[in-house]
Amino acid sequence: MAGNYLTEMTDFTSDKRLAKENKIKQLLGKISLPWTITIGYLILILLLPITALITKSITLGFEEFWRIATSEVAMSAYEVSFLTALIAALINGVMGTLIAWVLVRYEFPGKKVIDAAVDLPFALPTSVAGLVLATVYSDKGWIGQLFAPLGIKIAFTRLGVFVAMLFISLPFIVRTLQPVLQEMESEVEEAALSLGASEWQTFWRVILPPLLPPILTGVALGFSRAVGEYGSVVIVSSGIPFQDLIAPVLVFQRLEQYDVAGATVIGTVLLIVSLVLLLLINLLQQWGRRYAVK
Amino acid sequence: MSIIINQVSKKFGDFQALDRINLEIKEGGLVALLGPSGSGKSTLLRAIAGLETPDTGSIIINGKDATHLDVAQRNIGFVFQHYALFKHLTIRQNIAFGLEIRKHPPKRIKQKVDELLALIQLEGLGNRYPAQLSGGQRQRVALARALAVEPGVLLLDEPFGALDAKVRKELRAWLRRLHDEVHVTSVFVTHDQEEAMEVADEIVVMNQGHIEQVGTPAEIYDHPATAFVMSFVGEVNILPGVAGLFCNLPTSQSHVYVRPHELDLLHHEHESSTPATVKRIIHLGREIQAELALPDDFVVFANLSREKFAELNLEAGQQVFVKPQNAKSFADLHRAVLS
Repeated sequence: MAGNYLTEMTDFTSDKRLAKENKIKQLLGKISLPWTITIGYLILILLLPITALITKSITLGFEEFWRIATSEVAMSAYEVSFLTALIAALINGVMGTLIAWVLVRYEFPGKKVIDAAVDLPFALPTSVAGLVLATVYSDKGWIGQLFAPLGIKIAFTRLGVFVAMLFISLPFIVRTLQPVLQEMESEVEEAALSLGASEWQTFWRVILPPLLPPILTGVALGFSRAVGEYGSVVIVSSGIPFQDLIAPVLVFQRLEQYDVAGATVIGTVLLIVSLVLLLLINLLQQWGRRYAVK
Repeated sequence: MSIIINQVSKKFGDFQALDRINLEIKEGGLVALLGPSGSGKSTLLRAIAGLETPDTGSIIINGKDATHLDVAQRNIGFVFQHYALFKHLTIRQNIAFGLEIRKHPPKRIKQKVDELLALIQLEGLGNRYPAQLSGGQRQRVALARALAVEPGVLLLDEPFGALDAKVRKELRAWLRRLHDEVHVTSVFVTHDQEEAMEVADEIVVMNQGHIEQVGTPAEIYDHPATAFVMSFVGEVNILPGVAGLFCNLPTSQSHVYVRPHELDLLHHEHESSTPATVKRIIHLGREIQAELALPDDFVVFANLSREKFAELNLEAGQQVFVKPQNAKSFADLHRAVLS
C-alpha cells in the first residue's frame, strides 16, 4: 500500500513538472518569428523615437519643462492648433456626413470622380495643398477676392489655418462613414415608417443613433490629423506668434533658433495629446460596437 | 380590416411588375401571395403597405381609399424578410418603438411590451440587442414590433425566407396559431407552395404580374384554374396530348397534366390505360416514385404508397400499364412554365 502511495506521489510530481515544462514550451512557442519581427519593428519605428523625445525633454527637469510648456507663446500656439482643429473637425463632422450620405444614397453623373476627389487631401503633398489654398484664398485669389472688400482676410491669418484644417480633415469623416452607410439597410427606414414614424423621427431615432459612433470616430481622426498638420498651414499662414502660429510650426521655429530643448518640450506636449486622442478614438469605436456582439 | 385592390398596375422601367390587379382580401383572413420570383407578389404587398405607389388603380383599406396615404397613416404592420430590427435598440425598445412614436404613456408601453414578449416567448431576453438573438427569435421580435401598434393589417414579406428549414417549419406553425389568437387580417408573401398551403386560409397564385387563381389550399391543389397553377403548386407530369395517350381526354388540347400520385399502375391492360416500362425506382421515404417510359419515349413519374409498391412488386425493366385517375388540360399553355 505504502509503496503504491509513494509511486503515485512521484508520478504526481513528475506530472507537475511535465506540465510546467509544457507551459514554458508554450510560452516559447508564442515567441515565433512573426512575433519577433512585429515587436522589433514597432520598437525601432515607433517606440524608440518617442522614447528619445521624452527622455530628452525629461532631462530638463520638471520646472523648466513646465515653464517652457506653459510659456505664453506656447499656450497661444496650442490654442490656435487645438481650437481651430476642433472647429474644423466638428464642421466636417456635419459636412462629411452629408457628403458620405449623398455619395452612398444618390446616383448622379460624375459621382465616381467626386468620390475619388474626396481622397485628394490624402494624396496631395501638404505643401502643394498649402500652395493651392494660399493662391485661392489670398486677396487676389478666386475666393479671397470675394472676401477682401468686406475686410476679411483669409490667407495668412487664423482663417487660413482653419481653411487648411478643413481641407485636410474632410476625408477622414467621409471615409469612416461610407462603409457604415453602405451596410445600412433601407428596410430599417421602411420599418420605422411603417410603425408610424415621420421622416424626421426616422432620421433622429433610427438613422442617426447608429451613425454617431462612426461620426465621432471620424471627427476624432480628423481632429488629430488637423492638429498634426504642418505643411499646408506653414504656407497658408504667416506664422506670427499670438496670431496664427500653430504648435507644430512653433516646434520648427524653435529648432531654427537651435532651441532643441524648447522644441522637444512642445513636441512632448503634442505627443501626449495625440496619445490621449488615440485612446479616445479606441474607446469610441468600442462603444460603437457595443450592440454588435455576436 | 378588409383590403380591396382595384386595377392596380406598376411598372419598373420596362418591367411590368403588376398588370391591372384586382383582389379582395376579407377581414380577419390569413392570405398567402404565392408565386415565383418576379411574379409581382412582393410589389403587390409593398403597394398595400404604401411602400410602393401604384402607377394606376386604387387600394381601399377598410372602406377608405388609401391609394395616396403615407405608410405611416395606413395603420399596417410590416414584417421584412431580413427582420429590419433597429440594431442600436434592445428587444424591448424595438417592440416599444411604434408605441413611443404614438406617445403612449410609459406605463402602458411597458405593460404592452411585457404582453408581447410573452406572446413571442422571449420573456427573459428583453434587454438583449438583436445581434444577440438567433434568426428565428429576431423574426418573432419583428412580428411583435409590428403587432405592438395593433395594426388593422399585418403584411409579411417572405417572413421565413432567411431562416433554416427546421426553424422555418416551427415558425410557420407558430404564425398560424398566432393568427388564430390575434385575428388580424394578414397577408404574407412566399414562393414556397408548401408554406402557403400550410399557413394560409386563402392562396393568391401570381405569375408575371397577373393573378392566376384565388382559392383555398384545397381548391388551388385539386382544381387548378390554369396550367401555371397546376405546374407551380405540387408536382405534375406534363405530356403532349398525343392521341392514344390517356385517351379519355379530348385530343384537341395540346398538353395533358397529371399529378404523380394520381397515376395508377396495373399489371394488366385496362380501358384507357397506356403501356409503360419501369425505368427506375426511387425511394422517397414515405412514398416510392417510379420513373416510367411511355411509348415514343415520353417519361412520367408515378408516386406510390409503400403498400401499393409492395403489392405490385415493381422492378426496373418491368412492363406495366398506366392509368390516370385524374388528368387535366388547359387552354392557356402559353403562360405555363415548362421546365
